[in-house]
Amino acid sequence: MTTKPWNEIAPKPKKKASRWLIYAALAVIYIWAFAGIPFNGIKETAGQVTKAILSGLFSPDWDYVYLPDGEDLLRGLLDTLAISILGTFISTLLCIPFAFWAAGNMSKFRAVSGSGKILLSLIRTFPEIVMALLFIKAVGPGSFAGVLALGLHSVGMLGKLFADEVEQIDPGPSEALIAAGATRLQILRFAVLPQVLPGFLSYTLYRFEINLRSATILGVIGAGGIGTPLIFALSSRNWDRVGIILLGIIVMITVIDLISGAIRKRLV
Amino acid sequence: MNTQPEPANPPLSSVVRPKAPGKIKHYLTLAIILLMIWGSAAQTDSTLKELVQGFPNMLDLLREMFPPKWSYLDNIAEAMLETIRMALIGTTVGAILAVPVALLCAANLIRNRWITYPARFVLNLIRTVPDLLLAALFVAVFGLGPLPGMFALSVFSLGLIAKLTYEALEAIEPGPLEAMTAAGANLVQIIVYAVIPQIRAHFVSFTLYTFEINVRAAAVLGLVGAGGIGHYYEVTLGFFEYDKTCMIIMFTLAVVLIIDYASTKLREKLL
Repeated sequence: MTTKPWNEIAPKPKKKASRWLIYAALAVIYIWAFAGIPFNGIKETAGQVTKAILSGLFSPDWDYVYLPDGEDLLRGLLDTLAISILGTFISTLLCIPFAFWAAGNMSKFRAVSGSGKILLSLIRTFPEIVMALLFIKAVGPGSFAGVLALGLHSVGMLGKLFADEVEQIDPGPSEALIAAGATRLQILRFAVLPQVLPGFLSYTLYRFEINLRSATILGVIGAGGIGTPLIFALSSRNWDRVGIILLGIIVMITVIDLISGAIRKRLV
Repeated sequence: MNTQPEPANPPLSSVVRPKAPGKIKHYLTLAIILLMIWGSAAQTDSTLKELVQGFPNMLDLLREMFPPKWSYLDNIAEAMLETIRMALIGTTVGAILAVPVALLCAANLIRNRWITYPARFVLNLIRTVPDLLLAALFVAVFGLGPLPGMFALSVFSLGLIAKLTYEALEAIEPGPLEAMTAAGANLVQIIVYAVIPQIRAHFVSFTLYTFEINVRAAAVLGLVGAGGIGHYYEVTLGFFEYDKTCMIIMFTLAVVLIIDYASTKLREKLL
């Protein structure tokens, strides 16, 4: 390495011509995007409705929290919670084999883990709400369709996270067990499982938080949970009820996030 | 340190093993989890029987979905473009709005807790509301069409980008900040010359990542009437034209995968 004289001023980095090309391309894309959106479609009642929703948020329909008979807020939220718990459970069961399939260090050939990874990313891309639509056609409307949709869709993300976790394990314990003559099952039980379990549990909880958010909207298409009364309240312009349902959703998600976050911190 | 010389080979029987930690906590946790799952199954009426009963229906559905009706592509291409437009504008607006919010949340720039904590609280509140729910609300306010979808995506992107950015902001190198403070720079100068050069690449990367998420989200916003290709799910499923539905799904998958691939490559180049 040649040393430069101390008083030489470093030249300013040149701006590349390709930069301007990128800016031009971006400009064209944005012009195309903005030209295609009809900005005149705003209803003249928009301001009025916003005010109504806001006042609904501040004067919620407290009576709706608990009704002795039929649909109320607490039952809707409980339904939502149940859908996300069961959906997360199903996806955790389903994705463990996927995770070992897609983990690069579990198979000798890259084609095996590669195909697993592609399949997982395909599942990930398939929106849960569309899955719910299809499951509604199969098992009828209701919470069960939502459970199945969440269970299947979450496999995509959980499987990937689990596979990453499996790839990161320390090979030492497995090698020691192989040297001691352990069977494959014993290696899995005593070398692999203790290393991946905290990560698996933590990711499961994380996915549970996401699933809870998804479960609140599944009802919009009739797959159970709090979304159904919300969409009814919205279409019947019952803003006080919209207010209490929104409050309920926000409180539930915040509380569950806090609990789940605290558990995850202790796990890892 | 034990200074006593250890016997070379202690007889096995005399080795005192440490007591295994109690398992009762694990069993209790397991029991609670099982109870929760059982309760959830009861609440949602989910039984294996129902799954088995529904299974033939699912197979029927799959059989009707294939082969997809390729000619339907002409009908949905325009809606797909609208979906991408919504995602693009929503992400951009969200990203622009996220800059001041992220700055307000960063504790190493704003040293006043009375500003950062409320800002983070509001940010967390925004992030609790799912995108489709926001869209349903905005549809109620603005009426049907792509405009409410764009607003919903903007708010959603604001929450996500602002959170990622403020966490990155708090992790930046403090050296340049301190140097500029020592040289007497004001907050704006510090942000322009010490913060932005460090955070720019991250910010663009987060924005691209949010764009990927928004394309997926925009593809289903139509289900609540907020524009884009999602509207066609209801149209085709309502008329039991499952081959057309399959075409929508495959088209969406293809577009999402292409955008994901391009965006991931770009992000790898950035960081």
